[in-house]
Amino acid sequence: MPVPLLTARDVRKTYGRGPTRFDALKGVSLDINEGESVAIVGKSGSGKSTLMHLLALLDAPSTGAVELSGQDAARLSGSMLNRTRNATFGFVFQQFFLTPGESVLQNVTLPLRIAGVRGAELKRRGMAALTALDLADKAKNKATDLSGGQKQRVVIARALVNDPRVIFADEPTGNLDSATGRVVEDILFDLNRTQGITLIIVTHDEDLAARCDRRVYVRDGLVVDSLHVSALIERNAHS
Amino acid sequence: MNFFGLIRSAVRNSLRSKTRTSLTVIAIFIGAFTLALTTAVGTGINAYIDTTVASIGAADVMTVTKPNEGTETSPGPQVYDADETVIAGEGPQGPTIALVPADISAIADVPGVRSVEPTFSVAADYVVYDGGTPYQVTIGSFVPGMALDLASGVEPDHSSSSYEVALPISYIEPLGFADADAAVGETVSIGITDADGTSSTVDAVVSGVAEEGLVSGSSLTPNDALTTQLHSLQIVGLSESARESYGSATVRFDPASTDAEIEALKGELDSIGFSGSTVSDQIGAFRTVIDAIVLVLNGFAAIALLAAGFGIVNTLLMSVQERTREIGLMKAMGMGAGKVFSLFSLEAVFIGFLGSAIGIGGAMLAGLGVNGLLAGGLLADLPGLTLIVFDPMSVLIIVLVVMGIAFLAGTIPALRAARKDPIEALRYE
Repeated sequence: MPVPLLTARDVRKTYGRGPTRFDALKGVSLDINEGESVAIVGKSGSGKSTLMHLLALLDAPSTGAVELSGQDAARLSGSMLNRTRNATFGFVFQQFFLTPGESVLQNVTLPLRIAGVRGAELKRRGMAALTALDLADKAKNKATDLSGGQKQRVVIARALVNDPRVIFADEPTGNLDSATGRVVEDILFDLNRTQGITLIIVTHDEDLAARCDRRVYVRDGLVVDSLHVSALIERNAHS
Repeated sequence: MNFFGLIRSAVRNSLRSKTRTSLTVIAIFIGAFTLALTTAVGTGINAYIDTTVASIGAADVMTVTKPNEGTETSPGPQVYDADETVIAGEGPQGPTIALVPADISAIADVPGVRSVEPTFSVAADYVVYDGGTPYQVTIGSFVPGMALDLASGVEPDHSSSSYEVALPISYIEPLGFADADAAVGETVSIGITDADGTSSTVDAVVSGVAEEGLVSGSSLTPNDALTTQLHSLQIVGLSESARESYGSATVRFDPASTDAEIEALKGELDSIGFSGSTVSDQIGAFRTVIDAIVLVLNGFAAIALLAAGFGIVNTLLMSVQERTREIGLMKAMGMGAGKVFSLFSLEAVFIGFLGSAIGIGGAMLAGLGVNGLLAGGLLADLPGLTLIVFDPMSVLIIVLVVMGIAFLAGTIPALRAARKDPIEALRYE
């Protein structure tokens, strides 16, 4: 059995103390294998975003451990964590988080600039990511002048530009109409299939979740159900 | 992101909100402009003092006076002492007491003193050339060892036994000379009245023509022989004691003396009740006054810069607030806190650089204009004085100081940006 890419071992996350104490996660264990697409499904306040933040190494669990390729993330130094996030992960957020006033190309190359890539290579890789998402002709446009679907494609190009192993998507279609949302979903699952990029999608959209290999349901800080597509097909067959 | 990448991003970020940045830059501009201009005025005046007054030939001369002992201890009226003659007017250290022959020999006995000459103060009535119109004149109380700023000719020869004089340039035309060159070598007559009221004249050869300066002013500069002659005419009819009292004495010492040896000599003179000051001391007093004025002006400029510093804090705090989500995104994508801090600090430093560079550029332009105006107007009588002079070193220091202030101002917003939690920042609406 291969070592899972990401592992959560009985992670708990508590905010505040005393009477304002709030347990966002109450002991969650989860394995995510390389190349999988996983949906973390739950209502708002269920703890699904907190779980994603922990898996993305943006935050440390109060107790328990998050392992990246079998190595405890708590043992990584601050700069090593930064480098890991920069090189291994790509992020797609619901609200795009594009820098207004900067060009599409500048927005897309942000992770590369943080990594220290410069000059011609920066431009080449940025354009490659934009071409992959049919946005090459928009490279010089201001990010704010794009439509919602185009913006989300820019965000995906930005997540891709560093050739990540994992893409974290937090409600990637939440701000899009259903037709545009469908296109963005197609792009993400296509990347998962053709390039083997692991996809971790946080959503409350059942239709989107249903397209993933696996669905993890989170409620009140606990994983309440975990379904594999194969298991689902079996279950459907029996009913 | 390496250092140059950070600089590029910082520059781009600060140019993103142009109105806000330019307003902050204007605030710094005002401070830097004032600071550059006041410093330049200081540099200009001090450079003028140096060139016109302090082309010091003789570093081996000291002017010795007898300070009024009572001035420091009791500020009220002084007890009369029949043995002392108080010189009307003020010496460098307040009212001084006349030196008598006994004092001169006492000074001569001080170790290190090579020679001592009493300084005569001479008051002439007029100067006239070739039977023309006589003009009132003062005889220069020229500090020995100073060089004249000559428009033509040479300085009066102090070792010559013939009478020589340097005329100030303002006397050339009234006396009837065509120009400064024409006056050199001609003979003028100086009129003087003695204590009995008898007028007499002395003929002297014009050795040179002096530009008007801060010290030489509009007085004649005689050589020693002429001074002695004028003095001997002036004291006719004076009492013995009045004849032999002098305002000050000129002491010569070893030109190779070190500063410490000169200080020791001053100490020796001080211990027997005299006060000695070299040419550089007297110029130093000038410079001290100028420097003090410049310091006060710089103080105002510093206050302006301080205010501008708060402007930077404000601008960047707003910028950090506005870019909270961008900061969160950068941190999520692996940008370290140190880099975030540097990014915002560099932005502050860039704003500071922009303000100081434009401020100094503006000050240079203004200086050019003011110098041009003054040279043709207010300061036309002081040729050689460029009021506003920019010294590359002080310009560089001003730029660095302003950038330093900007950096300090930027640390507060930069720290706030660096400490942002990426999750919180991304959630920020």
